[in-house]
Amino acid sequence: MSLDKATVRAIAELARIEVKDEELDHLAGELSNILTFVEQLSEVNTDGIQPMTSVADITAPMRADVVNDGGYPDKILANAPEAAEGFFTVPKVVE
Amino acid sequence: MSKLTDLTMAEARDGLAKGAFTAVELTSAHIEVVEAKRALNAFIVETPDLALDAAKASDARRQAGTAGSMDGLPIGIKDLFCTEGVQTTAASHILEGFKPPYESTVSAKLKAAGAVSLGKLNLDEFAMGSSNQTSYFGAVENPWKKTSDPKAKLVPGGSSGGSAAAVAARMVLGATGTDTGGSIRQPAAFCGITGIKPTYGRCSRFGIVAFASSLDQAGPMARTVRDCAIMLGAMAGYDPKDSTSVNMAVPDFEKALSGDIRGLKVGIPKEYRPDGLSDEVAKVWDRGIEWLKAAGATPVEISLPHTKYALPTYYIIAPAECSSNLARYDGLRYGLRVPGKTLDDMYKKTRAAGFGTEVRRRILIGTYVLSAGYYDAYYAKAQKVRRLIAEDFRKAFETVDVILTPTAPSAAFGMGEGTDDPVTMWLNDVFTIPTSMAGLPGLSLPAGLSSDGLPLGLQLIGRPFDEETVFRVAGVMETAANFTAKPEGV
Repeated sequence: MSLDKATVRAIAELARIEVKDEELDHLAGELSNILTFVEQLSEVNTDGIQPMTSVADITAPMRADVVNDGGYPDKILANAPEAAEGFFTVPKVVE
Repeated sequence: MSKLTDLTMAEARDGLAKGAFTAVELTSAHIEVVEAKRALNAFIVETPDLALDAAKASDARRQAGTAGSMDGLPIGIKDLFCTEGVQTTAASHILEGFKPPYESTVSAKLKAAGAVSLGKLNLDEFAMGSSNQTSYFGAVENPWKKTSDPKAKLVPGGSSGGSAAAVAARMVLGATGTDTGGSIRQPAAFCGITGIKPTYGRCSRFGIVAFASSLDQAGPMARTVRDCAIMLGAMAGYDPKDSTSVNMAVPDFEKALSGDIRGLKVGIPKEYRPDGLSDEVAKVWDRGIEWLKAAGATPVEISLPHTKYALPTYYIIAPAECSSNLARYDGLRYGLRVPGKTLDDMYKKTRAAGFGTEVRRRILIGTYVLSAGYYDAYYAKAQKVRRLIAEDFRKAFETVDVILTPTAPSAAFGMGEGTDDPVTMWLNDVFTIPTSMAGLPGLSLPAGLSSDGLPLGLQLIGRPFDEETVFRVAGVMETAANFTAKPEGV
């Protein structure tokens, strides 16, 4: 698979990473090489094989649906780049 | 005091128990080495004051008769484990300054056992790398030197490169590592130390910065097999905070070191001897087979037919999981924020400035293989091949008890080498990734030196939750290898 610049731009948009226009050519080449490398999997016959989602041979454990932690907003907000009045703050999202 | 840093963890433990020295003396001796060897850049954060306080508390516990299994033993913590109140960065700019309000389960268990942390160890950014050159806080240098060119700086391997270098340079008795595709075993091999990635589910992942959650597993790195057994015993155990943590009793791993491997069958996979395998690596492997034979085990040639597909499978699954896990770094709740005109603009600028090139590359690949229209062709296909890889091992373990392979295709290489082409760099993990895909325990131990004076490692792979057999065989190999070489200045 060979990716073009427009596709790389679209992927970067989906990943929410700003990529400069002058980087797109290089990235397209690099990502295309990686995809070519991983595409050798197409030669493996996987008919009837179930996808493996976990190596742990356990069923997801259930727990009681109760609040068992929390009550310390100051601790939670201590690492925030910006916070005000007990909340994380973000640029305006409603016009 | 310099002698104290030459002790193994087991020797230091016994010396403390006998009262030959105190935890404060042992800790001070190691802090001196940490300070003397800063040029290796093994630590991102040193915490000598916290360490000395912890050592004093340890001495008090010993006086009171309440010392734990690792009481007073100086260790380092890979900077991927959250440590309450101590900066935790995953070696990324995007987490610079982050001080977790909580402690990872593994580091908490080590503290509870009495271990004394000297600080946070350098790594590849978000544990993505095989040479510790992708850290935002600078590359780590391997304390070992080539005899042909003693001035050349070598990589320590990665991603747990700071852990491996610190253990090899006698800054700490042991260190935590994490292993997603070889990140404990390959740096252990490059730095001439021992490290084990236990079975997936053996150690809790709670509080470890996530990279690829279906593969990430914590494990110990130390200078001997026994030291790894001691440290894994303190790290392992069920944790309800990690839904993939397995509720099984933790055996006394040290007791497994019986020295008796008579009658064991050791698998030698033919696919691990590809054309072009370095002669030196092949020779060390052959020597390892002879050691096991001499100790009464039987080598058996086995086939793991899907081995060559493990690397491409890994480079779909790991980036896919990383792109999902790293979505949380949005400039909102912790770490770096770069202002933007809109919320989206802030996300994009923050993530562009905060992630290094290897991390960005993997996020982009992961985003692509998970995107609409490509999911089945890449991600679902890789998950199916992953099952075939795991099945290869399951079948092999019907006839053998343990598998012996080289750990890495070469000895440590020079800084700056292999950084041009990501796929070439990834080949470092060709022998360790299959084990990770199958979730099996894998241990690397030093087995000899290359003609250029650099350590070469061998890997032992075990059945799920059978770390005991792995340790038992490793103990016998360690005795046979009698690896006494030390890096420069130790």
